[in-house]
Amino acid sequence: MLETPVLEAQKVNKYFFSPDKTQVLKEVTFQVTRGEFVSIMGKSGCGKSTLLYILSTMDTDYEGKLLIDGEVISGKSPSYLSKIRNEKIGFVFQFHYLLNEFSVLENVMIPGLKLNKKSRPELEHIAMEKLKIFDMQDHALKKANQLSGGQKQRVAIARSLMNDPLIIMGDEPTGNLDKRNSDIVFNIFKELAKEFKQTMLIVTHDAEFAAGTDRIIEMEDGYIIKQ
Amino acid sequence: MKVSLILEIAKALMLARFKQTMIAAIGVVFSITMFVALLGFMNGLNKLLDGLILNRTPHIRFYNEIKPSVNQPIDLADEFSNFYNIIRSVKPAASRLSIYNNEAIIRTLEEDPRVLGVAPKLSAQVFYNVGTIDITGVINGIDVEAESKLFAFTDYVTAGNYIDLKNTSNSIILGKGAADRMMAEIGDVIQATTSQGNRVQLKVVGYYQSGLGDLDNVQSYASIGTVQKMMGETASYVTDIQVKLKDFNLAPAMARDYRDIFGIDADDIQTVNAQFETGTNIRTLISYAVGITLLIVSGFGIYNILNMMIYEKMDTIAILKAIGFSGRDVNNIFITIALTIGFVGGTIGLILGFMAGLGIERIPFETEALPTVKTFPVDFNPKYYIIAAIFSIVTTYFAGYFPARKASGVDPVEIIRGK
Repeated sequence: MLETPVLEAQKVNKYFFSPDKTQVLKEVTFQVTRGEFVSIMGKSGCGKSTLLYILSTMDTDYEGKLLIDGEVISGKSPSYLSKIRNEKIGFVFQFHYLLNEFSVLENVMIPGLKLNKKSRPELEHIAMEKLKIFDMQDHALKKANQLSGGQKQRVAIARSLMNDPLIIMGDEPTGNLDKRNSDIVFNIFKELAKEFKQTMLIVTHDAEFAAGTDRIIEMEDGYIIKQ
Repeated sequence: MKVSLILEIAKALMLARFKQTMIAAIGVVFSITMFVALLGFMNGLNKLLDGLILNRTPHIRFYNEIKPSVNQPIDLADEFSNFYNIIRSVKPAASRLSIYNNEAIIRTLEEDPRVLGVAPKLSAQVFYNVGTIDITGVINGIDVEAESKLFAFTDYVTAGNYIDLKNTSNSIILGKGAADRMMAEIGDVIQATTSQGNRVQLKVVGYYQSGLGDLDNVQSYASIGTVQKMMGETASYVTDIQVKLKDFNLAPAMARDYRDIFGIDADDIQTVNAQFETGTNIRTLISYAVGITLLIVSGFGIYNILNMMIYEKMDTIAILKAIGFSGRDVNNIFITIALTIGFVGGTIGLILGFMAGLGIERIPFETEALPTVKTFPVDFNPKYYIIAAIFSIVTTYFAGYFPARKASGVDPVEIIRGK
C-alpha cells in the first residue's frame, strides 16, 4: 500500500491581479512524502514563495486542490485552517519573526499553549527539550530581542517543532544569515531530516543548501520544470 | 479557546507599550472621575434645590378655593335651558374658607394606608404693628409636631426652639425677613392685627428662614390654636389639610379621587411644582451629556492608541496567525487589551470620583439663602457609579472593536513577504 503523502498539490493555479492579471503559478502538481527533505529552488520571482504560502494554508486565494495528510483543505474555513497550521505545520521564515514581548522559552511554547493539549509544566519541559536540540537552553529566559540573528533563527526552528508537526516549511531560512550562521542552520535541518525523520519543505535560492536536500523542485515562471 | 493564553499575550503587548497603555487608561480614569464627580455634585445640588421646595410642599393639599360658582341661576331657569348663556363679570360667591367637617376628613386620610401623615394648617392675613406703621404678613397656624415630622419644619427654624411654639401660648416664630424689619429679638412681644380687626400680642420664640427671601419676608408660624384664637374662630376652623404620602407618585390619582369624595379642592405636588421637575430633568440631562462626552473622547484616545499598537505589532500579529492563531483569537487579544484599559481605568476612576465627591462635600458653602447648608451637597447615589462603570466598559469595547477587527483581518502573507 502506498503511504499517504504528507502534502500534495494538484494543479494549483494562482493569479495576481494588481496591476494586471498575471498568472504566477501554473498547474503546479507535486507531492511530499513522509520523512522527505525537499527544497524548492528558482530565481527570484518564479513563484516559489507564493507556492509556499499557498501550501502553508495562509494564502487561500488560488485554484486547484491542496491536500495535507490526505485531507482536502482547499476551501476550508479560516479558523479550521488556523487549527491545521497550529497542529500540523511548523514555520521558519527568512526574518526570524520571534515575538519580542516574550522570552525565548515562551516563544517556543506558544504554539503548544495555543494547541492546549498539555499542561503548562509539560509544555515548558518539551520546549526546553526542543531548545536543547539547538543548544539554546542557556538562553531560555532571555527576551527574544536580546539574541543574535543566528540564535533567533534557531529558536524559530525550535518553535516550529513545538507541536511535532507533520511538515516544516521554510521560506529562505538562511537567506538573511551570514555564512557561519547559515551553515549552522543548514546543519540543523540536515540533522532534523536524518535523526528525527522530519518532513521538510524549504524554499531557497541557495544552490549549496538545496544540494544537501533529498529532492530539489526547480521552478521557473510559475512552472515546475524539474523534480 | 484558551482564555489564559489570550490574556497572557494581551498582557505582554500592553507591557511592551506600557506608557501608551497608561495614557489610554489615564484618559479613562479622568473621564470616569469627572463623570462620577460631576453627576454626584450636580444631583446633590438638584436634590438640595428641589428639597427647598418639595420638602415643605405637601404631596396633596386640600382647601376651599374662592371662585365663582360653576352653577349660575340662569342655568336652572327652564325658559333659558335651550340657550347658550354667557354671563360676564361673574363674582366669586361668599363661600367659607374653612374646610367643612375637617375632622372626619383627617380621620379618613389617616386611615388610608398610602398616607404617611396629615397636618392641618390655617393661614391668617395680619398686619404687624410696628410703631406707627403696619407691615403685612401671613401667620400660618400649624400643628407643630406634625409639621416638623412631615415637612422638616425644624430645619428651617434657625434660631430659638421650635417646640416653644407649642409649649408657650401666644407665641410666634417670625420669618427672618419680617423679624429683621421689625427688629424683633427672640423673647420680644410683637403686636399684630388680624383682618377681622382683632389685636393680639405674640411672643417671638424663634426665627424661620426658608432661603426664599420673599417667603421669609411674609410668612410666620404660630400654633394652630393661637391662630384660631386670633381669628376668633373655633377649634374646628382649618383652611388647609396637608397630606404626605409614602409614594408621592400616587399624588395626582389620589388627589383626583379625594377631590370627588370630599367635594373640596385638592392639588397634587406634581401639578403645583411641574417647573421644578423640568429644571431638575434638564440639569441632569446636561450633566449626563457632559459626562458621556468625556467618555467618548477618552474612547477615541483608546482607539488611537490601539490603532498605533496594531501598526507597530503587525509582525507579531502575522506571526501569531502563522503559528495557528485565528483571526478571532487576534480579535480577542485586542478586545482584551481595550477592556483591560477600560476596566482598570474605570475602577481607578470610580475610586477617584468617589474621593472627589468627598472632597467637594467638604468645601464650605455658606449662604444666607440656604441656612441649613454648610458645605456643597454631593449625591453619592450608587446609580451614577454603576452607569459610569458600564459606560467605561462599553466605550472601551467599542474603541477596541474597530482596531481589533483590523488586526484580525491582517493578512500574514502580506506582512511576511513584505519585508
